[in-house]
Parts: sequence; structure tokens; C-alpha cells
Amino acid sequence: MNVPSSWRVPLLATGIAAALAYPLLVPNYLVTVGMLVFFTAFIGQSWNIAGGFAGQTSFGHVVFFGTGAYTSTILQVTYGWNPWLAWPVAMAAGGAVGWMIAVLSFRAGLKGSYFALITLAFAEVFRILANSVPFTRGGLGMLIKADPRPENFQFRDPIWIYYLAFVLCAVSILIAWQLTRSRFGARLVAIRENEDAARALGIDVFAEKVKVLTLSGAMCAAGGTFYAQKYLYIDPSIAFGVDKSVEMLLVSMVGGAGTVFGPLIGSVALTGINEGTRWLAGIVPALKNVQPLSLVVYGLMLILIVARLPDGLMGLFRRRPKAVPRA
Amino acid sequence: MPDPAILLAGVLNGLLAGGIYVLVAVGLTLIYGVLHIINFAHGSLLMLAMYAVFYLWRLLGIDPYAALPMVIAGSFAFGFVLYRLLIGRYNHGRDENILLITLGVSIVVDNAALLFFGGDTQTIDVTYAGSFVELGAAFLPLPKIISFAASLLLCLILGLYMAKSDTGKAIRALARERQGARLVGIDVDKLFAVSYGIGIACLGAAACLLMPSYYVTPSSGHAFVLVAFTIVVLGGMGSFVGAAVGGFIIGITESLGGLILGEQLGQIGISLIFILILLLKPTGLFGGAR
Amino acid sequence: MLEVRDLSKSFGGLKAVDGASLDVRRGEIVGLIGPNGAGKTTLFAAIAGFHRPDAGHVAFEGRDITGLAPYKICAAGMVRTFQITQPFAAISVRENIMIGAYLHTGDRRLAEREAEAVASRVGMGGQLDQNGADLTVAGRKRLELARALATGPRLLLLDEVMAGLNPTEIGEIVEVIRDIRAAGVTILLIEHVMQAVTSLAERVYVLNQGRMIAEGTPAEIASDPGVIEAYLGHGAAKVLRA
Repeated sequence: MNVPSSWRVPLLATGIAAALAYPLLVPNYLVTVGMLVFFTAFIGQSWNIAGGFAGQTSFGHVVFFGTGAYTSTILQVTYGWNPWLAWPVAMAAGGAVGWMIAVLSFRAGLKGSYFALITLAFAEVFRILANSVPFTRGGLGMLIKADPRPENFQFRDPIWIYYLAFVLCAVSILIAWQLTRSRFGARLVAIRENEDAARALGIDVFAEKVKVLTLSGAMCAAGGTFYAQKYLYIDPSIAFGVDKSVEMLLVSMVGGAGTVFGPLIGSVALTGINEGTRWLAGIVPALKNVQPLSLVVYGLMLILIVARLPDGLMGLFRRRPKAVPRA
Repeated sequence: MPDPAILLAGVLNGLLAGGIYVLVAVGLTLIYGVLHIINFAHGSLLMLAMYAVFYLWRLLGIDPYAALPMVIAGSFAFGFVLYRLLIGRYNHGRDENILLITLGVSIVVDNAALLFFGGDTQTIDVTYAGSFVELGAAFLPLPKIISFAASLLLCLILGLYMAKSDTGKAIRALARERQGARLVGIDVDKLFAVSYGIGIACLGAAACLLMPSYYVTPSSGHAFVLVAFTIVVLGGMGSFVGAAVGGFIIGITESLGGLILGEQLGQIGISLIFILILLLKPTGLFGGAR
Repeated sequence: MLEVRDLSKSFGGLKAVDGASLDVRRGEIVGLIGPNGAGKTTLFAAIAGFHRPDAGHVAFEGRDITGLAPYKICAAGMVRTFQITQPFAAISVRENIMIGAYLHTGDRRLAEREAEAVASRVGMGGQLDQNGADLTVAGRKRLELARALATGPRLLLLDEVMAGLNPTEIGEIVEVIRDIRAAGVTILLIEHVMQAVTSLAERVYVLNQGRMIAEGTPAEIASDPGVIEAYLGHGAAKVLRA
């Protein structure tokens, strides 16, 4: 962002302080809204690392989310694991699925729209499998027994799950920030901007893409476990449905794909729209079914952003080059 | 394994469904072949056309088959305008961008439908819906047979139109050689819009043919979009013949998958075919080099 | 240093390169010229690993690198630029060049310092903060050169770095290329414009319709009837001599 560097530290400190103080000052309902902002920013960031930084647009990122959610839930419910212990295993599973999809797709040379569509199909395969195989209990979904104790990764007071979401979001921002200053991140951007040139300059494009999708898959899977622990229930259409994929893509694109704070800003904006339409529905009874209205707005924003603001809302804060002329 | 008679019935039902898929896929492959864009809104626009057919019947009492000319014309106009106002303006640069824009369109259309039409499943009760034709051991619903024949007839007409008419010839020239078409003075932008319009008109026709025997909900688009992409990828992006053959293969796969693997797991065949084709032979059965 | 032997590459029946051979010795500037569509860029791409040759061998510093992936060839010390410039459009010139420098260091500060040093070598010291997309044609050509140079190559393959530049800009980039050679980098360059090559290269190869038709000093090449015909069409040599 084009903020003078002397402002950055105070700005960041104020932001963190506000985020920490926020749940102490507002009713529980708004604490949960804040939690959702950070959680969505976190899974959005997992998309952003692959889709924004490395330019590998995915339409099926939910496949990692669901893998994480189901891995930890099955370990916990069926095998009696402690969810905290199951968490890293879920991340590893998400990473493994990311690795597999990347190796298969990038080995076959899939790029751009084709990569996006094949991720969608993978998510669909996982959804159908989760719907059909016995160990996920099919369409019934899986319930985690409520036992709100911190050692069970369940909290009586929403403030703790809020802080956990905040920490996840902060860690994901740190990872993205690290990408802007490391060789790995620079190479991802090079691959996004021009694969041939990246290859000519000594970058093992395939290996870097596999790495980033593995990392992204592991992060997204961490979000899956978090979600399952918060709501204590998952089913195939929650865990592998296209809606979550779209949500991750949207917050990144709207906020600014390939930027460090994009997913957070996108998440704040989209949550704002959500709450706005909910409020609207409160006063206009004809709009009792609000969820679709906010999605209509999201869709319009996506079109607008892709067409007019390729850097998302972050683009409003700085000067960036116009569309890429191919010379 | 179910017994052969049931399998045969499954194959026949799959063929009938496939006949309509062909029409949907031809529209998608035409848009890809000419414009080189992947129209992710294809399923959603089909859903919208199906609602149009539904409301024409519900509010004005127009039979779905009688609505064909009207809905085809309306869909063409809708597609033409959508292309002119939105898609055509951003039909340059990274191909993901146009995919994202059509994704945006599909999100808007899906949710606007939910908002205005509600989430209920809607069907049309035509008098002939319950009629069956007995073919060997199989009972085939009459509307499906009519729709099958009509769909193939429409594909044939479209094929003839593309082969013989001036517009059709110009569009095919455009698909082969963009720059050349521009040089010989073809109004390229208008033809792009016409092509997109024809692609969407195919959806309008498909909607009329689907409604007597299928249902529509705001999420119908989802159900069709992966099917349509699979057919097109299987046949080869941009290939008419491929779309036709792919449509039948997918129709039968879906029907037999449901019979053999059960309703839930049976859907997996389509996604798997899609993945395998992209991984192993991305040019499809009839496609040239990408 | 570089040995290309009987290299062939076809695209669907069309022989783009047909049994071409060439040698580049350490410290030389070698030119590769030929009319449009002669197969120069295809030959380059096949040498640098972008196309797998159908037949023939490429050896770099005595090691067979035929069909090796481009990134491995780059790591081995041979790097190419693109005729159609391929800047990383959304990032700055400094970041563009750093991508090259990252080949041999993982340290950001070091890569940054190197990028700045390379930028001033090619005369881009003042444009470090501009975005790749905002550069002029001349700027993009320089950026291609700078990025390639930052990888620390021993052999540089330059694909038409002078095409599209005006005479002043050509003069500047000729100087830059001379300096690069003086610093110990061997250079093989493709040019369509013969004049630019004659002022730089010690030896020139001529490619026509995929075949190597001549090799020699610029003066020898300029008076070779076969070369003149290839460039100007059948019978041109006779006309010119008259």
C-alpha cells in the first residue's frame, strides 16, 4: 500500500489494538461477526497465496477446506483423537491433496481457465465421495459432540474463538507478507506474470507451483478444522460445496488478489454487505430472504472488480499500471 | 449388476437425455470456438431460460413446445445484449478474467433467481407428461422422445445454418482466422455478439425441450454447468461433432452411473471423465491442437 | 563453448529448423541472421530448452544439454532473451531484475543490490521503480537484457534486442552489449537487421528456410551471393553486382 512508511507501524499497532479490544466492547452477536471476518479472511488468504500471488486461479479451493474439516472430524469422532492433535494432521491432509492436484494438473500442463475448471471438478468428486462413502456418514453429515472446554477446541465464550480466528488471520497475513519479501514469493509473482520468462530465468515453474498449492491446501485445511470446531457439524455440501470456493475467491478478488491485506479488506467489505442486506431485510419485509441479495451484490462486485479494478479495493489506495499490454 | 433389460432402458434414457445435452453443449462449444471464451454462466443462463419457459406456461398458458420460437428469439436477444454490454468489452487479456466475469454473471443470475422465484422446485404439468412409449422392455416418456427428436432437428438446422448461410460462413471464417476476418471487412464485433447470442439461443431451445420432463430450481444451473463443460471437453473444445458425440456419451454415462453406482455415487462419472480428459487428452476426442 | 550439431525441429510437417549446426567459442560475439521466418527463433528456443529438438545435439561447455528443461539450462550458465519482450508487467524494473538475480542467491538484499548494479550497467539505473508495463519498447529490450544478465550467465542468447529501436537507441544498446562481452560474457545474437550485426559480431551464421547457408566474418557474409539471394530474392545477387 502507498502509505508513508513512517505511518505503517502506528497504523498496524492501532489496527491490532482495535481488533483485540473490539470483542470486549460489543455484544456477542457482533463478536461472532468479527470472528467470521477474520475466518473468511484467513481462508481467503489461503486462496490468495495460490490464486493471487502465483496466479493459479482455483474454482474448487473448497476441496482443501473440506479435506481439513473431514480429516479432523473423523479422527475426533470415529477415532477419539483430541481435535488439537488432529489439526496438524488435517493440515497435512490438505497439503497432500494440494500436492496431488498440483502434480496431476501442472504435469498435464493445465493453465488458466483449464486449471480453474479442473479444481472445480476435483471438489465435485470429493463432494460426491463424501456423500457416498460410509466413513463420512454420507449426506447425514457428522456431528461433533458438544463439550465446550478449551482442551477440546470448543469455547463457551465466543470471545476465544474470535481471538483464535484473529490469530489465524494474522499468521496468514504474515505468510503473505513474507511472500512479498522472499525469493519464493518473487518467483510466484514471476510465474503469474509470465511463465515463459520465468522459465528462461531459471525458475523451475512446475516445482514452485506444486509448492504453493501444497502450502495453500494446508492453510485452507486448517480453516476447515476451525470451521468444524466452531459449528460442530459438517456435511458434504458445506464442506465441499461450491459456495465456499466462491467465497474464498471473492474476498481475495474484491479486496485485491495478490496483495497482503486484500483478503482481509475483501472480507470486511463482504461481511459489511451481508450485514447491510440483513438490516435492509429487517426494514423491508418483502426482502425476507436476504442471503441471495448479498450474493447478487457480491457477483456484481466481482464483475466490476475484474473489469475495472484488477487490484481490487486495495487498488484504490495506490497507483498501479494499466491492463497488461502484450507487446 | 442390474439385468440387461434395465441396462438397456438405462442406455435409452441416457440417449434421450444426451440428445438435449447436445443442444446445450453445442451452444457452449460454439461460443468457445468462435470467441475463445469459456462461458461459465452457461448453466445459469439455461436455468434462467427454463424459468422463462415455466412462467410462460404458468402465467400465459403457453405450452413449452409452442414457446420454442419465442424463447429462442428472447434468448438470442439476451445473449446478444449481454455480450455487447459486458462480456465483449472484456474479451481480451488473461483468459481467467473472462472466466471470472462469467462466474460473476452466474452468481448474479443464480441468486437473483433465488430472490425473485424462490427456492422451490418448479415443474410443468403438460397433459402428455404421463404418456409413455414402449420400446422393448423400456418405457420411455413421450415428452423425452419428442424433445430428443426436436433437439437433434434443431442441431441439424443450426449445422446447416452455419454451413450454408452467409452469417454462418462468416462466423466459421471468424473462428478460424480472426485477423483475416477483420481484414476482409467482416464486422467482427457484431459477429462475436451474434455468435454468443446463438450460443444462448441454443440454451433457450434446450430449456423448452427440458421443461416438459425436467424441473427447475435456482440451482439447476450448477447441475448443468459441469455436465456441459464435460461434454465439450470430451468432444474437443470448439468441435460440433465432438459436442454431439460427447452429449450422448455423457447422457449414457450419467444414466448408467446412476443405475450401477446408485444415485449419489453415480454422479461421480461425469466429474471423473472431465478430470481424466483434461489430464490425459485435453484436446478431446475431436479437437485439434489447442 | 556452445556446440549445436545437426539440429532439426518441425511443427506439424513444417521443418522450421533443418539440420542446423553452429559453434560459439568463449569470449566471442556471434551473430545469427536470416530473413523473416528463417527459423532463427525456433533454433534459439531449441538450444535454450523451450522446444525439444527432433534430432541433433546441443552441448554447452562440453556437456550435453539437448532437451534439458530451460531452468536447468539457465542454471548451467546459458540464458536467453525473447524477441517479443516478456516483462513481468505488474512489478517494478528492480523486482524484474531481482528475479534473475535470485537464481544464485536467496538473500533479498543481495538480490536487490545486484539488480541495481545490473540496471546501471544496461542504463536503466533511473528506471528502477517503474513498472514493467510502463516501459517503452527500448526500455523493455533493456529489461530483457538486464534480467538475463542478472542470472550471471557465461553465454547470453539475445533474440533481436535491436528490432524496433531507433538508430540512437541501437547505438546505445550496441555499447551495452560490447561492455557485457568485455566483462567476460560470450554472446550469440539473432538479428534481422544485418547492419546491427556487422558492427558487433566477429562471426556470423546465416539461416534460411531452416538451413545454415553460410558462415564467416561479416564482410564475407555481406558479399556472399547465396546470402544476398536469400534476403532479396532470386536473381538479386546478379543485379547488385551489376
